Amino acid sequence: MEGWDAGTKSALTQIPLLSSRAGPRDGEAWKQRLKEEYKAMIAYTTINKTNDNDWFRISPTNPEGTRWEGSCWYVHNLRRYDFPLQFDIPVTYPATAPEIELPTLDGKTHKMYRGGKICLTVHFKPLWAKNCPRFGIAHALCLGLAPWLAAEVPILVDSGMVKHKDDEVTPSQSSS
Amino acid sequence: MAALTDFGLIWGKIQELVSRIMSSSKTSIPRRSKVKDMSAEVVDSNPYSRLMALQRMGIVENYERIRDYSVAIVGIGGVGSVAAEMLTRCGIGRLLLYDYDTVELANMNRLFFRPDQVGMTKTDAAVQTLSEINPDVVLESYSMNITTVKGFDVFINSLKSGVDLVLSCVDNYEARMVINQACNELRQTWMESGVSEDAVSGHIQLLIPGETACFACAPPLVVASGVDERTLKREGVCAASLPTTMGVVAGLLVQNCLKYLLKFGQVSPYLGYNSLKDYFPTMEMKPNPQCSNAACVDRQKEYMESKPARDAAAKAKIEAEVSSVIEEPLHLDNEWNISIVDDSDAGSSTAANTSSILPEGLVHELPTADKYSEQVGPTVTDGIDDDLEELQRQLDALNSS
Ligand SMILES: [Zn+2]
Repeated sequence: MEGWDAGTKSALTQIPLLSSRAGPRDGEAWKQRLKEEYKAMIAYTTINKTNDNDWFRISPTNPEGTRWEGSCWYVHNLRRYDFPLQFDIPVTYPATAPEIELPTLDGKTHKMYRGGKICLTVHFKPLWAKNCPRFGIAHALCLGLAPWLAAEVPILVDSGMVKHKDDEVTPSQSSS
Repeated sequence: MAALTDFGLIWGKIQELVSRIMSSSKTSIPRRSKVKDMSAEVVDSNPYSRLMALQRMGIVENYERIRDYSVAIVGIGGVGSVAAEMLTRCGIGRLLLYDYDTVELANMNRLFFRPDQVGMTKTDAAVQTLSEINPDVVLESYSMNITTVKGFDVFINSLKSGVDLVLSCVDNYEARMVINQACNELRQTWMESGVSEDAVSGHIQLLIPGETACFACAPPLVVASGVDERTLKREGVCAASLPTTMGVVAGLLVQNCLKYLLKFGQVSPYLGYNSLKDYFPTMEMKPNPQCSNAACVDRQKEYMESKPARDAAAKAKIEAEVSSVIEEPLHLDNEWNISIVDDSDAGSSTAANTSSILPEGLVHELPTADKYSEQVGPTVTDGIDDDLEELQRQLDALNSS
């Protein structure tokens, strides 16, 4: 667990681990895995709420549970910034982690791959590989998205790339 | 003074010429018509004369067979687009191109795509350029993400149309694992390529399901650039790229592909490229019997079962060689022996435990999954609320509060 801050570490250790090695093409085994995903997500969301650190909403948008959509937010200088959040469960899951996308930030930062996929730290993939199949979506959000938001949102806001929704000029007022 | 005036005149003429070229290229582009048979005739109207010369020189036995082959290229970025152009110029029969991205100005430090193609899907832009270069090639454009369940179905079905080789030119581990999955299921030979995120090293790898290590048999092997990961300044960027490194890797990949398809030279199982030291490590990897990919384990079993048939074929080949070997030089005979003895352990290693005997300059990119690693958290418990709909309701309730 080298390279992770204390907050991330303590959150991670509280998320229940999963046990089924199954991806979306594995039929019944995937259903079992999906149940485990739900349980881990329920536990993680509950922990966040209890610790007054609620920071995302996400749930599957299809019955197969392979497409997840929702939102996440980050508070910077006492203002809350919201971002749509989405990802697909890849066919090779859980050997490979879901690629988390923040589509509204696409093109606004170099810390992103094409399509708004967040750029993970050098520590993420090794830890994910080491813990396959015990890490799930909740772990990916905790280890991937939370540190990314903490590092990038302040930069995006301070540089003016991201504006608070109250400061945004509505299209009718805009002249450009 | 006179010299300066001359220079001014020449400069003016050059400018005039450049603008004429630029305006003419925008109007009617003369397209060459399709060629029915590849001719070896050396005339300036024959696009294949220099390639057919390979046959005359005895490098390739039958160059024209290239027209019978189909190659799928996954990832039409800095490596894939150049590989596609090379194969197109070589006169490959059919190319299947896969990518979900569009051309951006940020791609212009790489080869192939032009600024006027910004906004087009990479596959469509590639088809546009490639069909102008060589109308003989059958081109198929698949603009989609192969890692999603839907994209994967389209991908695997398109490969079933009969593809001789898949070239992986993607830039991430996730997509490589998906190609690995498809190829293991389809018994499809493929070649992997990669350029490091610091843009100074790369590699190519041949993967034959069941026979060589698959991409999941061991953590991916990459060339160590010699730059310490911890000192690498990543702040503000995900990845760097250089057209040179990508061009070199594309060249190595397509060279290996041509050798494989047209059966000349030695096909490299793994070839690394460290551009900082101009060092090219090679190695061979056997499959891991404990591979986590079930399709890989099935292919390994099939390969073992086909051993008697392979041995018999090899023996027949040796006997045929021996009967005609008398006037042949001795080293040729030795070469045959090396290529036949494919089950010996010499010179190769099982993917499971290569770390101790990796050639200098090669490292594993990721660790293997821990079997008994320290418990980092509680485990999800089986039990009362094991109903999917009930779990959905619980998460929805949490999400709406
Ligand atoms: Zn394998």
